[in-house]
Amino acid sequence: MLKKADIAAAAAILLAAWLIFAFTLPKSKPGNTVLVTVDKQEYGRYPLSEDRTVEIKGIGTNLLVIENGSAYVKSADCPDKICVNHKPISESGEAIVCLPNKVVVEIN
Amino acid sequence: MSKKTAYLGLMLALALILSYLERLLPFDFAVPGIKLGLTNIVPLILLYRDGFKYAFGLNIARILLANLLFGNIFALTYALSGGVLSVLAMAISKKTGLFSITGVSMIGGTLHNVGQLAAALIVLRAPALIYYLPLLMVAGLACGLLVGFTTALVLRRLEKAGL
Repeated sequence: MLKKADIAAAAAILLAAWLIFAFTLPKSKPGNTVLVTVDKQEYGRYPLSEDRTVEIKGIGTNLLVIENGSAYVKSADCPDKICVNHKPISESGEAIVCLPNKVVVEIN
Repeated sequence: MSKKTAYLGLMLALALILSYLERLLPFDFAVPGIKLGLTNIVPLILLYRDGFKYAFGLNIARILLANLLFGNIFALTYALSGGVLSVLAMAISKKTGLFSITGVSMIGGTLHNVGQLAAALIVLRAPALIYYLPLLMVAGLACGLLVGFTTALVLRRLEKAGL
């Protein structure tokens, strides 16, 4: 009752479904992106796995460095430098906050 | 001509009954809105016995009536886009001559759900809905398989009865 093409079509549909599943899932999985917000507005999202330097220009300037799977603030023009002194973050839910510049660097 | 009209009316009534029956059966335990697709038996029969034109027309009429009678008008956009895409996909896959009726039904079932979700994505502008897509595709495939087997049986009986 089933032809070869039927099975091929079913296999193709299942493969497509699996690909879409695999492709869309990591976005919702926590622990691999760095989310930067300035004054509650999203500034950017960066993968934790890629090394890069981001100059966050909002109210002030904070230099975000993503290196070896963790993120830290290298320098900032804020007066208290709490963000700069914060240890590098890498775990889901961790965040570095710079209150004067209203910058939040969050891992999710 | 009048015979054809009566025949199509009968088929439309049958499709409506199946639509109604399906609403009585709680089948959406995993994802809201998933249905068995029993109703698709009728357009599938028409596609094989009478051609695309009739299958398409009947499906549109059935969706409009079913949504007016016991559905809600807000779901009409989703139902229509699913129904149109499904019948088109079934007609094309039948025309290739590659697939059995079960294969045609599986493709139709999958594309029905894809069409509905596409409409929802456009209307609601909620990209997160895409997470439902794989699940809906697999559900459409499985339901299409069952519907295809059933329709093949129905068509065989009809042929034996000389109808």
